[in-house]
Amino acid sequence: MLTTDVENYPGFPDGVMGPELMQSFRTQALKFGARIEASRASRVDLKEQPYGIWVGDPGATNPTYRAETIIVSTGAKSVMLGLDQELDLIGHGISTCATCDGFFFKDHHIAVVGGGDSAMQEASFLSRFARKITVVHRRAELRASKIMQARVFANETIEFLWDTVVESYIGLSSLEGLRVRNVKTGQKSTLDVTGCFIAIGHTPNTGLFKGQLEMKDNGYLVTRPGSTRTSVEAVFACGDVQDDYYRQAVTAAGSGCMAAIDAERYLEGSSWGTSHP
Amino acid sequence: MAHSTIKLSAESFEEEINASTEPILVDFWAEWCGPCKMIAPVLDEIAQEQAGKLKVAKLNVDEAPAVAQRFGVMSIPTMIVFRDGKPAKRLVGAKPKAALVDDLAEFL
Repeated sequence: MLTTDVENYPGFPDGVMGPELMQSFRTQALKFGARIEASRASRVDLKEQPYGIWVGDPGATNPTYRAETIIVSTGAKSVMLGLDQELDLIGHGISTCATCDGFFFKDHHIAVVGGGDSAMQEASFLSRFARKITVVHRRAELRASKIMQARVFANETIEFLWDTVVESYIGLSSLEGLRVRNVKTGQKSTLDVTGCFIAIGHTPNTGLFKGQLEMKDNGYLVTRPGSTRTSVEAVFACGDVQDDYYRQAVTAAGSGCMAAIDAERYLEGSSWGTSHP
Repeated sequence: MAHSTIKLSAESFEEEINASTEPILVDFWAEWCGPCKMIAPVLDEIAQEQAGKLKVAKLNVDEAPAVAQRFGVMSIPTMIVFRDGKPAKRLVGAKPKAALVDDLAEFL
């Protein structure tokens, strides 16, 4: 969860903090008797009901939980560049959260990698702190909306390195620079930055379901139009894990409600035939 | 509460860290950091459950930027466990409680 300010959730004309909104969802669910256990599932078995869910050792003989129905809402996560040392340098110059970490880069020169709306939002936000921002983008034009483009082009702190990709990180205990390459000319150079914010998109957290639930080429779960039904009976999916188009907090919440209704009706044994999509 | 999280300041930091007989985890956080707010209740629970083994303290980086800088904090939440007044382990980013407890196992 990396979005801090949510400006477009209905009912909050002045915006709301993401974590506060989530805390309210949680409190409300608990009030209605939900039991919440925060653990990481390591394996699922969707071959037959009741389905198995493992927490901890995925090789254990028996699953930790068995369920007649499952709602998958594992969301999506930021894509990283996948370069050597990347994980070691997170928190030491590499970041995926401008609102969290911008503060630590006062008067630094930093890079933002990406060309979409979220990259431009990060660059704009970071310009409050940084001395200079270099946007590194692999194409010659931005994918971001016109309004975001106008905003960043007007910002004197932000400059652009077009047709350029990051090849490697420089620095052992903290980031000291980036080795970059122009994809058109092949020319290599060094970018002298102490911070690198990566905003090159999201990927759904669906690794757990590979080979068991039908997915699109980009890894998002396929749901039957107008419902939250996946390719396996009684397994439903909601939120960003099945939505590569709208991706809003309110659409995720809406699809969560649909999944709850789908699961409840399934358990009640109501017919799937005529009225249900 | 007897074993709640200790609030540190730039002034009290040195003394608290050096005076602690148990290892002490310091959570570097700020009001504007979403993941910091997510992990705060988890740290409160750990403070209660591990009382006597591990102390838990919080330092607001807005109020004490120099301390954050001294320990090279460039991302929050960063949690540093101090033992005998020296940094012994460093964790970056919010994570589920079970994962955090695993990471802290050597102190518990």
